[in-house]
Amino acid sequence: MPDQLIYAMEVTLNGLMAGVLYALVALGFVLIFKASGIFNYAQGVMALFAAMTLVGIMDGQVPFSHMINAIFGTQVHHFGWHVPALLAILLTVGVMVLLAWAVQQFVMRHLVNQEPIILFMATIGLAYFLEGLSDLMWGSEIKKLDVGLPQGINDAIDQVTFGWFGYGFFIDNLDLVATVVAALLVIALMVFNQYTKEGRALRAVADDHQAALSVGISLSFIWVLVWSVAGFVALVAGIMWGTKSGVQFSLSLIALKALPVLMLGGFTSIPGAIVGGLIIGVGEKLFEFSLGPMLGGATENWFAYVLALVFLVFRPQGLFGEKIIERV
Amino acid sequence: MDEGYITADGRQIGGVVMEMKNITLRFGGVVAIENISFDIREGEIRAIIGPNGAGKSSMLNIISGFYVPSEGEVWFHGAKRPQMRPYEVARQGIARTFQNIALFEGMSVLDNVMTGRLTQMKSGLLAQALWKGKAEAEETANREVAEKIIDFLEIQSIRKTPVGRLPYGLKKRVELARALAAEPKLLLLDEPMAGMNVEEKEDMSRFILDVNDEFGTTIALIEHDMGVVMDLSDRVVVMDYGKKIGDGTPDEVRNNQDVIDAYLGVSHD
Repeated sequence: MPDQLIYAMEVTLNGLMAGVLYALVALGFVLIFKASGIFNYAQGVMALFAAMTLVGIMDGQVPFSHMINAIFGTQVHHFGWHVPALLAILLTVGVMVLLAWAVQQFVMRHLVNQEPIILFMATIGLAYFLEGLSDLMWGSEIKKLDVGLPQGINDAIDQVTFGWFGYGFFIDNLDLVATVVAALLVIALMVFNQYTKEGRALRAVADDHQAALSVGISLSFIWVLVWSVAGFVALVAGIMWGTKSGVQFSLSLIALKALPVLMLGGFTSIPGAIVGGLIIGVGEKLFEFSLGPMLGGATENWFAYVLALVFLVFRPQGLFGEKIIERV
Repeated sequence: MDEGYITADGRQIGGVVMEMKNITLRFGGVVAIENISFDIREGEIRAIIGPNGAGKSSMLNIISGFYVPSEGEVWFHGAKRPQMRPYEVARQGIARTFQNIALFEGMSVLDNVMTGRLTQMKSGLLAQALWKGKAEAEETANREVAEKIIDFLEIQSIRKTPVGRLPYGLKKRVELARALAAEPKLLLLDEPMAGMNVEEKEDMSRFILDVNDEFGTTIALIEHDMGVVMDLSDRVVVMDYGKKIGDGTPDEVRNNQDVIDAYLGVSHD
């Protein structure tokens, strides 16, 4: 087999796995958009906030320690204990649910029946608020996140592919874990959506608020539920990205990478978010591999956005989005 | 408590299910409903009629919790109802349809009817995920009720069709099916015949009578088409400009001078 083809295969595999991580972030957007028509600009910051909280809890950091010290002249920074990863994750899920409740109670509840653009503006506000809050609670320095996920080259794949092609593929263990987790998450979400009564209620709310009320569905309950699930997805994305590149402000910018994914997959489709993520992941890696050298490299920075632009022109509803039909 | 009455066609009507006491509704300076009282009895078909803008829909919205009355009390099953949100009212067993049809357009007919069963489903989220057997049995039971209602309203052939593709008349019927799926103690129909042709109106009238007959459902409906209502209902409330101008059997109402004036106009000389 020619070397180029083998390299291309490796690049494709790596692209697929990068795509899974994009899809994870996009998934959070889709969940909220589907149920409430809100484009949640804060989704990326929610991932940052979740990862920060997780690290903070694991390290036994005192929340708001800078503020407490400044006001009371104390010197508290750490409780002096370490929380095991699993327990810390559960506690962080609790914090995300609390956040979801607060968002509904203090922001969204007061904006019922407002224009989408107003709700969008509210989520921009929420993003900056959350950004400040996570700084205030846990400090702004770059943190290392280690919940015990394996990292580094996967030896088994390396050896097997070396046996086959005489060239060992470099596949990161973390990417493999992320793929499995994302697959499980998507299956769980689909089952929830299709087969539980809350899922049915959620689809009902997404379709028609008034009708949902008339069959006994509490809108606020459903919205807290949706924001909680989105918070949970943000936590998963935060763990994966945070483990990969450290927990820092730039984590919130992965939300920008989710935008082209949504353009491709459609804003209302869970499978769309996955397929969109994979296409972007593979597309940008293969493009860089094949045409990158001719274009001076660094095509990964813009490829996704150009692809999204092409989609906007020719298929604005995305691959899986509901068809836009305007009746006149 | 009194014992009800016997209708012209010989059905026994029971005690009071819902009582509206001195209801007034204002929107800013506009008085939509002014000091209206009436009751709805178990097993009867009760109509609220009146010309456009009389406040009929507002009254229905008060019963179903979408509007909160400015003054007055709502009594349900002999107890004063505290201020409730629409979904809480629905959970009490009051189902409704809408004048402009509010269905889940993206879902199939069956799924729409199944949402009507949501108030009847008890298994929690965890139980559904972990204790599959019990949740499944519940789902099956609910499915049976839904299918029975689908058969009853003769919409079997479109069970799997997305509601968005159905013609208007069928949508109205699906909406009725969804409301019935909740096995309501009180069924509210907001202009069930609006926008229908004669044949569809006859079908809908038949279904309303059959529902009342077969399930013994108490029905309150709004309509501005006098003819249909008079054939259908046991007792009629007539509203005009937010006031009650008549209340009684169709015959009594038909001969009420105020009602005749409201519908035919009155000369001012």
